[in-house]
Amino acid sequence: MNPAAQTPEPAPAPAAPAISDAERAELRRQGILLTSIEELYNWGRSNSVWPLQFGLACCAIEMIAASMARFDIARFGSEVFRPSPRQADLLIVSGTVTKKMAPQVVRLWNQMPEPKYCIAMGACAISGGPFKQGYNVLKGIDRYIPVDLYLPGCPPRPEALLHGLMELQAKIRAQPLTGPAAPAHLRPGADGGECVIPDFGPHDLEPPHDPARWQPPRLIRTE
Amino acid sequence: MEAIEQLHARLSARFPDAAPTVVLNPGPAAQHSLLVPATQARAIAEFLRDDPELQLDTCSNVTGIDWPEREVTETVRRTVTEPPAADAPPGTAPAAKVVEEKVRRVVPGHLEVVYHLYSVARGHGPVILRLRTGDRGEKVALPSLTPVWRACEFQEREVFDLFGVVFTGHPDLRRLLMWDEFRNHPMRKDYVEPDDYEWEPTPHDRILAQARRHYPVPPTGSGEPAPR
Repeated sequence: MNPAAQTPEPAPAPAAPAISDAERAELRRQGILLTSIEELYNWGRSNSVWPLQFGLACCAIEMIAASMARFDIARFGSEVFRPSPRQADLLIVSGTVTKKMAPQVVRLWNQMPEPKYCIAMGACAISGGPFKQGYNVLKGIDRYIPVDLYLPGCPPRPEALLHGLMELQAKIRAQPLTGPAAPAHLRPGADGGECVIPDFGPHDLEPPHDPARWQPPRLIRTE
Repeated sequence: MEAIEQLHARLSARFPDAAPTVVLNPGPAAQHSLLVPATQARAIAEFLRDDPELQLDTCSNVTGIDWPEREVTETVRRTVTEPPAADAPPGTAPAAKVVEEKVRRVVPGHLEVVYHLYSVARGHGPVILRLRTGDRGEKVALPSLTPVWRACEFQEREVFDLFGVVFTGHPDLRRLLMWDEFRNHPMRKDYVEPDDYEWEPTPHDRILAQARRHYPVPPTGSGEPAPR
């Protein structure tokens, strides 16, 4: 007997009401843990962001200080500085990127597995900083690799790096695991894509920036 | 340590063919230097290192200077003889007159390498040597002093990289800071960097000219709103 023939179509179940954080905390006190795979997954990876052990200039000194006992980056689960890009989740571009060093930085980024994140630490990594007009300084690492977080300062103090790391953790926690905004490794068919490694040209890096990732800012005139 | 004049006198006696000249520094630092002819630079350097009174055993600094070709205006005095005036009585000697003239003179460009020498053994210094190239184009070779002071090696490579001075006798003359494929010498005054401008909020001088070229202001009456 087909029950659908006799009983009317059941009304669709009402969507579960969103549970507020207070209710969830109350449930947790009662021994009931309500969560989603997405939340659990992001909770895990946001609390074990392993940076690449890689420094370029004075910002690297602040990064090292952040990893030591006074600031103690281990409180945020990022104390494991990996000496191999294959094992790292986070590239902290800490310092001036010279044009001679830029291809190696991009190559390290390409060698990191997805999901991977990049912090441009300090004025130099963001834009070239005080050396912007220099003959051998790249005007920002975002010309070649996608930057998740810009951390200003010259150099930023370790507290600033920790703040940046917390912001990055918040960004990771908010990442959905499905849909177009998911990390590249979870999107079927999506290739995170290798970044263009620039060549050493006779006068400048070739190309001087990756046109697909970065364009010089346009000036929009408004009355 | 002996004064620069004494040192100069001793060097002139020792190297009569290629005596260095003293370049005085009129500033309060008064760090006078010796301009050494390139042909004898190596021998003079060895003398400075081995002389028992000097014992300049350490080269602490090698740096380069670019002197581009420049035009100077000088005032010269010249005596001219004027023919006697028409109504002068015959037999009058032509009058001599001193006139001042402004003469423009082109000083040819050259590259200069400066060495700062100290003696750790005797605790004195610096003695400053200057070497000059013939010009900025073809004749840019200078003798390397790396065989005399090993500390010059990397600094001479840096001067080669950034200024283009070719040090003959250098054991390993490669670029130091720029990549090997790079073709310019960026510390030269006439170095033109690639036109890779990026907008910035407060451009000045050279950067302002670049900003105007990359972000031209539309002419008035073109329909486009004027920039604020």
